Amino acid sequence: MKLNRTLAAVGSLAIALQMATAGNITGKVTLSGTPPPEKDITPLKDDAQCGKLHPGPVPKTQFFVVGPNHELADVVVVLQGDSLKGKSTGATAAPAELDQIGCIYTPQILAVQTGQKIHVKNSDPVMHNVHTTPTAPGNKEENRAQLAGGPDLTFVIPQPEDFLRFKCDVHPWMFAWVTVVDHPYFAVTGKDGTFTIKDVPPGKYKLVAYHRKAALKGIAKDVEVTADGAKVDFVAEVK
Amino acid sequence: MTVSTTRQQAWLHRFALLTALGTLGLVGLGGLVTSHGVGMAVPDWPTSYGYNMFALPVSLWLTGGIFHEHTHRLWASLVGILVVVLTRWLGGKKAQLPLLVIGLVEILAGIGLLRLGADWKGAGHFLAGIGGVVCLVGMVWLRNAAAPGRLPTLGWIAFGLVQLQGLLGGLRVVLDAGDLAGIRLGTLLGIFHGCLGQLFLALVAVIAFMTGRWWSQPPERITSLQARPWFVTATVLVFVQLLIGATMRHQHAGLSIPDFPLAYGALWPDMSATAVAEYNLKRIEVTAANPITGFQIGLQMTHRLLALLLLATVALCVGMSRDRGLRRLAKFWLGLILVQAALGAWTIWSNKAADVATAHVVVGALSFVTGVLGCLIYFRRRVRDEAPGPAGKSTSDLTRSVAA
Ligand SMILES: [Cu+2]
Repeated sequence: MKLNRTLAAVGSLAIALQMATAGNITGKVTLSGTPPPEKDITPLKDDAQCGKLHPGPVPKTQFFVVGPNHELADVVVVLQGDSLKGKSTGATAAPAELDQIGCIYTPQILAVQTGQKIHVKNSDPVMHNVHTTPTAPGNKEENRAQLAGGPDLTFVIPQPEDFLRFKCDVHPWMFAWVTVVDHPYFAVTGKDGTFTIKDVPPGKYKLVAYHRKAALKGIAKDVEVTADGAKVDFVAEVK
Repeated sequence: MTVSTTRQQAWLHRFALLTALGTLGLVGLGGLVTSHGVGMAVPDWPTSYGYNMFALPVSLWLTGGIFHEHTHRLWASLVGILVVVLTRWLGGKKAQLPLLVIGLVEILAGIGLLRLGADWKGAGHFLAGIGGVVCLVGMVWLRNAAAPGRLPTLGWIAFGLVQLQGLLGGLRVVLDAGDLAGIRLGTLLGIFHGCLGQLFLALVAVIAFMTGRWWSQPPERITSLQARPWFVTATVLVFVQLLIGATMRHQHAGLSIPDFPLAYGALWPDMSATAVAEYNLKRIEVTAANPITGFQIGLQMTHRLLALLLLATVALCVGMSRDRGLRRLAKFWLGLILVQAALGAWTIWSNKAADVATAHVVVGALSFVTGVLGCLIYFRRRVRDEAPGPAGKSTSDLTRSVAA
């Protein structure tokens, strides 16, 4: 009994130490090459209800969100390593949010943990239907209607999967792509192309950057994380 | 033949024509649903968002793709009713009892489903509703004679097919996420539903044609059968094209080859896995964001090549036809095929605009109907020419009624 207690104390001390020595991985993703031009979402404009929500120019697809200095947004950067597998804290993590605004998913690229709640909101005066089409075994396809002003829908994805598609069957141009990871060490690049993965336990890992069009299968780099963290940049390429 | 039966026949013909036109419209609406990629816009069936399908609030009906899908369902119900009436009309008084029995069985089965629990409520109401329509039509107490020849049988086949087709359409929605041998059931059933729709349209068109004056009093005899094998070949080819087209459309992957007349800038596109991965990365999908596969690229190339072959075959039909009427029919057919080829090219150039792709489906359906009617004429003639007199059962009574 006493031994157990001592062991537990040592254990928590180890965790505390690890937290103290854990570092952040930061970096930036840039795009080289000229991406194909985005397309007008004409069916949105042609839709009586959704079209009204966009009085300005026709909204465009958003595959390549690129900054003035080639900074690439919407890149999912995921840490990979045997020690991370099954370390999901999704059950206790704050819910992620996916909104439908002007008949477009916002954000279109999202990353969550397995078991983490995803709240899907409907900010439109229009009915949507949220249809997940997973491909990984263990993730079930779901299809739920959401009336205008209806309550948020909650989705929980149990298994890891890259770019799980959320779509609306009523508005066939509406897509969101949700990457599901079984640990908390990942990030999505912002408009400035940067990302931060916080509190990574020291060690050697692989860091992989995924982009729907520029790096579907991922660009992998070795990374060693120390108490000072690590810095890793990526260059995604389009031909 | 008395005046009243002639008049009755004329009305039957008009009604059959109306049913055929309604069915063509239904094929068009179904095409619109698939072109827009909104086959699942109403995720339940036979209910619509839990409502009885005839009671869906208009505000929901007018929302996005629900409009296409729900209109398709309502229009289909209308065509269903037309076909039941047509069956009764073609079958004459003799059709009354079977209709009453089938209708009653459907009503009872529907009530049985209602007792299975809440999950079966929609299906129960639906089946009972169909049964009710069939019963009502069965109750019509007109002592009309059956239509001549095989027409009553054709009516019964249409009666069965229209219900099977409705069921397939419903299952395509309900079983969408299912899987058979690695193929999504929504895709598989969608293809079946699309092709059966085309066959059904051809059947109703045949009925409309056979109830018409041209069939009972042909203006000319057919003297040459030279073009017949080409008519048959071309009709089969058109159907193969419809099959391929339905398979391409129900992948919901957009254009597998985005350029025409070249394919990815080449005469024959690279279909290797690396090339296909590259194509997928370069695509900017607006809708239909399923990845394309080498299989689909191959399918589109086959569709293109068969179109050329078809064009040549129908041109042969024109060249080989010796009789004026049939030659005119073949020319009309050739015109349709040319329009169809243009629509196919336009479908690609417009990046598969929904209305263009749907026009391609409708003209495809018309081409198939034209081929089937041409074959029908040729095969009926054979019976008469090779065995003159009261031979061939299906035509002899018609000929006799004309003589009388
Ligand atoms: Cu929507």
